[in-house]
Amino acid sequence: MEEVCARFVSQKISKARWRPLPAAALQPPDLFATGSWDNEDNRISIWSVGDVGSAGLNGEYQGEPQLLCDIRHNGDVMDMQTLSASHRWENAHYHADQYTACGGAACTGVICNNPEIVTVGEDGRINLYRADQKDAVRTIDNADSSTLHAVTFLRTTEILTVNSIGQLKIWDFRQQRNEPAQIFSLTGDRVPLHCVDRHPNQQHIVATGGQDGMLSIWDIRQGTMPVSLLNAHEAEMWEVHFHPSNPDHLFTCSEDGSLWHWDTSTDVSEKPSFLHQGGRSTAYFSHSTINQSVVSAWLSNDPTKDRMEITNLIPNQTLSVNTLDVLGPCLVYGTDAEAIYVNRQLFA
Amino acid sequence: MSSLQTGVFLKQVSEDLFQILPPCRNHPSCLTDTSPVVPGADPARTQLCFEWGPAEMLLCETLFGRRGGERRGAPGGSAGPAPTGCGVAGGGDGAPGPSRVFVVRRDQDIYMETLRKLFNESHGIFVGLQRCEEERAARARNAQLVQVSKNYRSVIRACMEDMHQAAISARDSALHSQYSIQVSILSAMELIWNLCEILFVEAAPAGPLLLRLLDWVQLHICDVDNMVREVLGSENPSKHKLFWNVVDIFVLQGRMDEARHLLSKEAIANPTSMNMYKILDDLMKKMPVPSLGNTQTLTEMELKWQHWHEECQRYLQDGTFASNSHMESICKILLGDENAILEKKELMTTWYHFLVTRLLYSHPTVKPMELRFYAQSSMDMFLGEESNPEPLDTILMAAFEFELHQVIKECSVALSNWWFVAHLTDLLDHCKLLQSHNLYFGSNMREFLLLEYASGLFSHHSLWQLGVDYFDHCPEYGRVYLELHIERIPLNTEQKALKVLRICEQRQMHEQVRSICKIMAMKALRNNRLGSALSWSIRAKDAAFATLISDRFLKDYCERGYFSDLDLIDNLGPSMLLSDRLTFLGKYREFHRLYGEKRFSEAARLLLMLMTAHIAPCSFWMTLLTDALPLLEQKEVIFSAEQTYELMRCLEDLTARKLDKQKFQDDDVETMKVEMLRLALARNLARVIVKEGTLEGS
Repeated sequence: MEEVCARFVSQKISKARWRPLPAAALQPPDLFATGSWDNEDNRISIWSVGDVGSAGLNGEYQGEPQLLCDIRHNGDVMDMQTLSASHRWENAHYHADQYTACGGAACTGVICNNPEIVTVGEDGRINLYRADQKDAVRTIDNADSSTLHAVTFLRTTEILTVNSIGQLKIWDFRQQRNEPAQIFSLTGDRVPLHCVDRHPNQQHIVATGGQDGMLSIWDIRQGTMPVSLLNAHEAEMWEVHFHPSNPDHLFTCSEDGSLWHWDTSTDVSEKPSFLHQGGRSTAYFSHSTINQSVVSAWLSNDPTKDRMEITNLIPNQTLSVNTLDVLGPCLVYGTDAEAIYVNRQLFA
Repeated sequence: MSSLQTGVFLKQVSEDLFQILPPCRNHPSCLTDTSPVVPGADPARTQLCFEWGPAEMLLCETLFGRRGGERRGAPGGSAGPAPTGCGVAGGGDGAPGPSRVFVVRRDQDIYMETLRKLFNESHGIFVGLQRCEEERAARARNAQLVQVSKNYRSVIRACMEDMHQAAISARDSALHSQYSIQVSILSAMELIWNLCEILFVEAAPAGPLLLRLLDWVQLHICDVDNMVREVLGSENPSKHKLFWNVVDIFVLQGRMDEARHLLSKEAIANPTSMNMYKILDDLMKKMPVPSLGNTQTLTEMELKWQHWHEECQRYLQDGTFASNSHMESICKILLGDENAILEKKELMTTWYHFLVTRLLYSHPTVKPMELRFYAQSSMDMFLGEESNPEPLDTILMAAFEFELHQVIKECSVALSNWWFVAHLTDLLDHCKLLQSHNLYFGSNMREFLLLEYASGLFSHHSLWQLGVDYFDHCPEYGRVYLELHIERIPLNTEQKALKVLRICEQRQMHEQVRSICKIMAMKALRNNRLGSALSWSIRAKDAAFATLISDRFLKDYCERGYFSDLDLIDNLGPSMLLSDRLTFLGKYREFHRLYGEKRFSEAARLLLMLMTAHIAPCSFWMTLLTDALPLLEQKEVIFSAEQTYELMRCLEDLTARKLDKQKFQDDDVETMKVEMLRLALARNLARVIVKEGTLEGS
């Protein structure tokens, strides 16, 4: 793993995000933001891994991430919005019910889809903001009786939330009533779900990670239970991400200090290749046919066949990996050991 | 907790340690012996009392002895996290002047922002060291331990460099000196560690021992490096006024090749004395050095060395170098002439440099056990009679004397953190060097120091996570410490609570799991988040609390007429069985669902069962019976005759019980309800008898 460079930053990292690139960009991403937690003054920092002047010709030399700037973060709502117009932040600890007397509840997740920003919190509330408006466009009080842990956009008007009693809910902002459009749940033991991500091309495929480290893949078109449950980490799975442009790859990180790379692209040879080259063609076929064998590798995953290749990217980690983000060939992750790591040759 | 109290002493930065390190000499912020240990507290003026906490001590002023009675200023028996500020004014109740409470922390370095890198990186090394256990052969094991030691040192060095950069870029002069102090502490730590590595971890035998010590001196005596750089960088080094100083430095440090290289330049510039240079060069080239491998035995080495020594002696006696005092003194140094070496005191700066130089030129095959004699005499010679050895000298001397415990003790006293002693002791313990030693308190020294260090980490708002692994590797008291500390971590978000919970669950600390869940449930309850509160109490398997919350749910239902948090109650699953009340809540909600879905007979059966099986609390029976009313009034008959009798019995039981309490009579509404129920039951009974009779008849 010599292509990974690390930097100790003297603060526990709770979130790390690459700066999004325009779709046509050829260069790998070079800027990312991190947020810290559990500090007396937490910070949001912007880091550069670009080779500022000191790179070799082929860009092989990659120094440590360099700090470009940071700001103290004490949970101001307005800060969040102005920043999130161009970036994406999560786990801003803003208080969803700051106007009430008894103080706030932590905001646990935020997602934005320019210009709309959705936040969820421990108070089970969902807020919809617009980047250009000061007040919430829509607020769903008591949307969930338990804590909402994460949120993501499903389509432009629909969002997905996961909560601490093992439920995945779809909310449609077009509907006026404050009820979820659909509820999915894990069977029986109500294991809290901590993270959710949607397949970038096939919007019906959703991955969630739970408290027991289990990775669940859901097909939201059918059933109310996950399509597959994959035993993964030994402790809470904090984040799950499909690779944005190469969705056969999935990344998960966990409290047990591991970061896994799930690769379903290895079984390409077993199937007609034209179906698996890009997400688009697969999506087309999966809509037109119910035949399981041509549906995406994620849904057709059969536990009896060990098709998925899984690698742990951190062999000797001890403390929790709280966050990861992947973009192009680059992976960034942050840990409770107060270090950020950048891997720039993910598929090398 | 007696182990916690024993042997704890307040640490203070010892100024003496920095004396050898010029930049921070006599720095005003260093505490001197005359200043009070706790600034602001004056034991001469007020009586002080204290209360021990897990990582901190509360110190407060009392009026004891003033008015003949004792008055405690501190919250009695409190061992929880204390306010962090110093000088918190206490309640006066008539006493003259406010009495103050001080929070005394034991490990102040924990709070240095720049040292966090040290703590985090060394945590990884520490955990790695505990994991790799002794399946390896002794030799490989030793190599591995040396590698671990080197890793620790490189972390110290990296941290030192960061700190140095910070010191340079600091604009504020107070900040600058603070960083400089830290740099010098770190460099002293690295110096001590390196020596311990050579003597204890690697346990270099005679021969290689000297080479290691030479490396050690070269690595740490950096004061002269600037001079060397200046001379080598000048246009004509041999004409530089410090030229001979640099040559001497090279010779004193045993860097023969570099010395010869410089001399050759001088020789070219002085063709007349070419011969003399040649002879000296030859001597320096021929000097035998101990080999690292097993290629030569010690006797061989000693023989060669004897021979070379005699050759040097010969040249000195026949006056070969008499014309050049510099070269003559070099030759004397080569011969190990102590006076000649001592003349270069300025170039060596420290007594341990002198020691190593002396060994190099007079006892190159020194055995580890002989070191102590040379060390003592070198220090006496170098420092002279009058000066007192400083803490660093004492520590190094103890190391040369192989007094491990003395080293650790002196370090504990002199250094301002527990990091160093804890990690060093742990490493030495892994080298099996400390096993015979047990303390009269606690378990053993390794564990005692690790506990101290980890307790310090736990008092920090963010570093507490590191402390967990240290406690894990303290077999005797680690768990108790962890239990006490983990309960006292402030839980501001659920995420943090989850992390703490995970730590407890992994270690089967059920009591702590329960208490954390209870805290979170209470918080949720206070925020009126019943669903959340219920989830937490289910997680804690806390039946009593689940009952409490279920009652709240039922109360809310009675007041509002609808259930909140349906997504939770509908999905309780097996956790419903946690408490009777929770079971009732779940079942009662199920009744409502069945009723809503117009599955009346199932609903009726469930409703009756709730009462007959005594799942429902008695206070709720009236509500349940009222719920039966619409079912009784349905067009089709739902309750069978038997069920109707059961319902009637329930109603009579209820009224009888209420009559006993003499409350019932006053309430008109209740009376009317009962009357209505009786009527409905009677009508239903009539209908069902007719219906059942007809069915049987047909």
